[in-house]
Amino acid sequence: MKRDPIYGIMAEFDSAQALIDAAHATHQAGYQKIDAYSPFPIEGLAEEIGFHHDEVPLVVLIGGIIGGLTGYLMQYWMSAVDYPLNIGGKPYHSWPAFIIITFEMTILFAGISAVFGMLALNGLPMPYHPVFNVPRFALASKDRFFLIVFSSDKKYDPAATRQFLEGLAPRSVSEVPS
Amino acid sequence: MTEQYKTSTELDRAPVIEPGHTFGTVTEKISAIVLTRPATNGWFIGFGLAFMLTMMLLFAIGYLFLRGIGIWGNTVPIGWGFEIVNFVWWIGIGHAGTLISAILLLLRQSWRNSINRFAEAMTLFAVACAGIFPAIHVGRPWLAYWLFPIPNTMGVWPQFRSPLMWDVFAVSTYATISALFWFIGLIPDLATLRDRTDNKGLKIIYGMLSLGWRGSARHWHRYETAYLLLAGLATPLVLSVHTVVSFDFAVGIVPGWHTTIFPPYFVAGAIYSGFAMVLMLAIPIRKIYGLEDFITERHLQNSAKVMLATGLIVGYGYLIEAFMSWYSGDRYDAFTVWNRLHGPYAAIYWALLICNIFIPQVLWIRRLRTSPVALFLVSGVILVGMWLERFVIIVMSLHRDYLTSSWGMYYPTRWDWMTYIGTIGMFLAAMFLFLRVLPAISIFEMRTLLPEAEVKE
Repeated sequence: MKRDPIYGIMAEFDSAQALIDAAHATHQAGYQKIDAYSPFPIEGLAEEIGFHHDEVPLVVLIGGIIGGLTGYLMQYWMSAVDYPLNIGGKPYHSWPAFIIITFEMTILFAGISAVFGMLALNGLPMPYHPVFNVPRFALASKDRFFLIVFSSDKKYDPAATRQFLEGLAPRSVSEVPS
Repeated sequence: MTEQYKTSTELDRAPVIEPGHTFGTVTEKISAIVLTRPATNGWFIGFGLAFMLTMMLLFAIGYLFLRGIGIWGNTVPIGWGFEIVNFVWWIGIGHAGTLISAILLLLRQSWRNSINRFAEAMTLFAVACAGIFPAIHVGRPWLAYWLFPIPNTMGVWPQFRSPLMWDVFAVSTYATISALFWFIGLIPDLATLRDRTDNKGLKIIYGMLSLGWRGSARHWHRYETAYLLLAGLATPLVLSVHTVVSFDFAVGIVPGWHTTIFPPYFVAGAIYSGFAMVLMLAIPIRKIYGLEDFITERHLQNSAKVMLATGLIVGYGYLIEAFMSWYSGDRYDAFTVWNRLHGPYAAIYWALLICNIFIPQVLWIRRLRTSPVALFLVSGVILVGMWLERFVIIVMSLHRDYLTSSWGMYYPTRWDWMTYIGTIGMFLAAMFLFLRVLPAISIFEMRTLLPEAEVKE
C-alpha cells in the first residue's frame, strides 16, 4: 500500500478548555482516528478522543502476581528443595520469614511493570514521529494544545477535514507531512 | 485549583504558587535554570568542594579495600560502627523524598508538586550513599554479591530467614523503584527541555532521554495511571524499608535493640530527618535560583509541621523505650537506659535529646516556621540529632551488653570520618550536577496547579 504523503491535519488551540471542546466536536462529527496533545494531563481528554481501555492496571496486576510468586517460590525452592540447611532448628519451609521478601518482590515487579508496561503500551521510546514535522508543535510541551485528525481515518478528506477543523476556531491549522 | 486558592486565602495561608504565573512563565523560569543560566563561580566552588570530598571518599574506600576493615574503629564487641550508623542515617533521609512524591500524591496534597522532583533526587542520591556502606563493610567486598541469590560454585543460597537478607531486598527494591519513579516523572519535562533548547547536541540528548514523548492524550492517560499506581506501590514500600532496617536490630537479642516500638519509631525518625534534609536543600535552592514564587512560605511551613509531628513521634519512641525497660523488669534493659544517661557516652545521648526533642519545639512558633534562616538552622540540628540517634542505638547498645567481661569502647578513626564526610560530599556533588542538567521542579505538574489548567466537560 502506498503511504499517504500527509499524516494528518493538525489544529492548534490556546487553552485546555478549547482543546477539550474541539476534541469533543471532532469525535461527535464522526472522526475516529484522532489524537490530542497537551503540555500536561487534562482530565477527561482521553475519553473525548475515544480512548476508554487503559490496560496499565492489568499489566501491573499481572506483574505484581508474578513478582510475589517469584519471590516466594524462589525462597521456598532455595531453602527447602535445592539446598536445605538446618539453621537454628527452624523448618526448611519457614513461611513467615519469607513474607517480607515476597512483599518486596511483589512491589519490585509491579513497579517495573507499571513503568515499562506504560512505555510499551504508549509505543515509546519513539524519538521520531511525524507530528514533530510541524514546527509549532514544539509548543505542545509548553503552553499550546493540538488536535490532529489522521489521514488514515475513514472520514478523512484533505479539504473537508481542514475546513471542519478551521470551524473550531483554532489559532492555526496545518498539514502534517508523514 | 480555584478552590485551593479560596481556602488558602480564607485561612490566610501563603499560596502554593505566587499569582500571576502562566504556563509559559512557569516553563521558562524552570527550564532557564538548566538551559540558559550560566554556571556561576559559586556553583563551581560548591561543586568543586563537594567533588573533592567525593575523591576523599574514593581514597578512603580504596585504602579500606587495600588494608581491610581494621582501619576502622570497629572492634569486638562493637562490630557495627560508623558504617551502619551512616547507612541507617542516609536511608532514612531518603524516605522524605518518597513520602513527598508518593504519599502526598495519594493524599492529593498538590503543594508537593514544586518540591517532589528534587526531593526524589535527594532520595536517589541518599540511597546511593547508603548503599555504599553495607557493601564495603562486609570485610571481603569482592564477595558482596553473595548477598544476592546468584548461583555460585558452592551451591549454597542466601539465608532468607535473616533480617539482613530482608534488608538487601528492601533496599535494592527501594532504590530501583525510586529511580523509576524519578525517571517517569522526568519524561514530560525532558520533552520540554528538548523543545526549548537551541543547542543541537542537547536537543539530541534530551530527545533520547525523553523517549520521544509528545504529550498525546492517550499517553497522558496511561502515564497518569502508571504514575498513580507507582505511588500506591511506593507508599507501602517506603514504610517497609525502614521497618525492615529496624528489624536488623529488633530481631536481635541485644538489650536496647530488642523492642517492638522500633518499626514505627524508625519510620517516623526517617521522615523527620528526611524533611530536615529537604529544607536544608530547598532553602538555599529557592534563594539562589529565585524560585520563591514556586517554593513558597507554604512549603516551608508545611515541612516544618511534618517535622514537628514526626519529631513528637520520635520523642514518644524514646519515652516508650525508657518506660518498657523499666516496666519489663529486665535488668539488662534497665541498665541500657541507665548507661545512656550516665555511661561513658552519656554526652551523646543528652546531645541527642537536645537536638531531636528540645530544640525542634521552637517550630511551634509561627514566626520561626516561616523564617528560612531559622528553619535551616533547626533542620541542621535535627540532622545531627538523627545521626546521633543511630549512634546511640547501634554503638551504645553493643558496647555494654550482658557480660561485663565483654564490654568495650568504640572510637571512630580518621577513616571512619573520611568515609562519612566523603558520602556527604558525594551527595552534594550529585545534587549540584542535578540542578544544572535536569529541571529541579516538575514543570508539567506545576502547570496543572495554575488556574488556567482547569477544564469543565
